[in-house]
Parts: sequence; C-alpha cells; structure tokens
Amino acid sequence: MPKESTLRSMVLCLFLVCLVCSALLGGVYVLTKGKIDQEQIRKTNNAIALVTPEFDNAPSSEKMSVEIDGKDITVYPARKGGQTVGYAVESFTSKGFSGTINIMVGFDMDGNIIGTSVLSHSETPGLGAKMTEPAFYTQFIGKNPASFRLAVRKDGGDVDAITASTITSRAYCDAVDRAYRVFQKIMDNTSK
Amino acid sequence: MSKLRIIANGIIKDNPTFILVLGMCPTIGTTTSAINGMGMGLATTFVLILSNVFISLLAKMIPDKVRIPAYIVIIASFVTVLELLMQAYVPDLYAALGLFIPLIVVNCIILGRAEAFANKNTPLDSACDGIGIGLGFTLALTVIGMVRELLGNLSFFGIKLAEGGDGMLAFVLAPGGFIVLGYLMVIFRKLINKKA
Repeated sequence: MPKESTLRSMVLCLFLVCLVCSALLGGVYVLTKGKIDQEQIRKTNNAIALVTPEFDNAPSSEKMSVEIDGKDITVYPARKGGQTVGYAVESFTSKGFSGTINIMVGFDMDGNIIGTSVLSHSETPGLGAKMTEPAFYTQFIGKNPASFRLAVRKDGGDVDAITASTITSRAYCDAVDRAYRVFQKIMDNTSK
Repeated sequence: MSKLRIIANGIIKDNPTFILVLGMCPTIGTTTSAINGMGMGLATTFVLILSNVFISLLAKMIPDKVRIPAYIVIIASFVTVLELLMQAYVPDLYAALGLFIPLIVVNCIILGRAEAFANKNTPLDSACDGIGIGLGFTLALTVIGMVRELLGNLSFFGIKLAEGGDGMLAFVLAPGGFIVLGYLMVIFRKLINKKA
C-alpha cells in the first residue's frame, strides 16, 4: 500500500483498519458474552440472597416488572415451599451526588425491610460511598416503612445520615422508599 | 538505544505523570485509592503496549493524512477488548474504575506515544516504550493513590489502619488529588536531578 495520501489509499486504508478492528471486537464480544452474563446473574443472585428471607425457588427466573413513577422496576419474588415469603425490589435513585444509585431492597410479607444492598453507584469514595458500609445500611434492617420514616433526621425522618454525605443519605432513602411503594403496589394487586 | 534503556526512560526520564504531565484526567479521577490507581495504570499499560506494537507495524502503510483516525480506531478497539475482558474476569475492579476505562481511548499518553515514538521505531522498541511508559504511569498512579488513601481514608491498599478515624476527606476529593500530585511531582523531579 502506498504511503502518500491519495483518495484511494486513504479510503482503502481506513476501510481495512476498521474491518479488521470490527472483526476483532466481534470475536472478543462473542467469547466474553457468556461469562459477562453469568457474572451479572451471580451478582444479582447474591444481592437477592442478602435481602430476602430464606427461599428455595430461583427468584431471578421468576422476575416480574412493576411500573412506578413511569419507570419499570424489576421485582424478584422469594418463595419457600410454594409460599411467597418476600420480595426483592431492584430499586434506584437519581438523587445521588453523582449518577444513578441502584439498590436491591428486600421485604418480607409484612413490609419489614429484610436488608438493602447497593448494586452499583458512583458516589465519592470516603464520603457517599460509605453507604455500602454496615454502619449505615444496617439501620434499615427490620424496620417497617409504615412506621419508620424514610428520611434523614435533618428532614424530620428516622434515618441517621452519613456524616458529610447528606445528599447520598437522602438518595438512599429515596431508593428504599421507591422500593417500598413498589412492594405496596404488589400487595394491593395480589390482595384484590 | 538498548531495550532496557527505553523501558527505564519511560519510567524515569519520560515519566508520563511526573515529567510529561500527560493524562491528568484519569490521574486525578482514579487515584482515590491505591488499588484503583494501580488497576487504572495496568489497564492503560495493556492498551499502550498493544497499540504501540500495532501502530509501529502499520505506520508505513497508513497514509499520513488519515493516520490519526486510523490510530484512534486501533486504540479504541483495544480499549473495548480490555473493557469486555475486565467485565468478564475482574468485575469488581471494572465496577470501581467504571467510566475511566472507556476514557482510556482519549488518554493523550497513548496517542502521544503513538505519534512521538511508535510510528518512528521498530515494533520491539515500541513494545519496550509501551512497557516503560505504562509502568511509569502505573507507578505514579499507585503512589498518588497510596498517599491520598492514607491521608484521606487512613487505610493502606484497602486495609484500615485506624478504626473509627475519618482522615482528611479533602484528599480523597479532586482538590486533594491536585495537592498530592503537585508535591509528589516536586519530590520526583528533585530525586531525578540529584542522580543526573
């Protein structure tokens, strides 16, 4: 191939470079796709197990979708011996300090929070990222949002905010609250 | 120039962070902890070595006027390959580095080395340059991350040194990053001048 920049050589060169690169990318994509999907499922399953009562079904294969605030939220039912024992709600909030925070929130059938687990976030390390530490998230365990006000103390709620990270703490409450409303919607629908 | 000399140059004389002062965005963005800094450094090294080798192989065949688009396509492909591999095999590190991995494409160290070194030298020399510059970048990021983590979070490679202490949070944030970078740059240059 000549090195001088004629139209023909430039088009040909870029065409060949792009062709080879796309072939390479396609190949790597096919090779890694299975593993990436597996990793995703494993992560989801771990989070479900953390936030729901003991179950013996496969919640990730029974997932359903509930619409709230104009968004579809994925819900994983936990069953034991055919009986529904709780729900894991894959909630989110866009009120975080930087970007969306995805949180898995689990309830038993009375609406008590069994646990919360952050799936992904991009909060500041050392500040907002402390929401992934037990000191913060354990305060939600066993609480029922019907009586436990999901807001930081500064806003008149019952949640102890992370020092210097009120925005993140508020966002966390927002996500848990959204999960609770999803849970209520499911309960309303099933009791009808 | 011997291969070893090229590698050493990349780490010391042409250190991308402390001497060339290239790629400041990922430097400040990812060095909130030593592990993140090291991960980012190694990810960049991977892309740098591959792109250097391939660009030096292809340099003679790519017409001058379209060399930048061609380089960018090559670099972007390797970055995407890396991204997919990281997602599959080190998902935790991938989650921590997040947006900064795709941004390796526009890291000026990589295009800079392609332009300044790889398209004028043999593939083997270019590989050595990639290793040197990559290690220099990794070393710099790890040290910055270590200092910031220690001062800001009172931990060392994720191990908490003092229970309950919070450290000086400013060092985890961007302004602290610049302060640490500035002082380390001074120390680094001082040490090098002494040797020379």
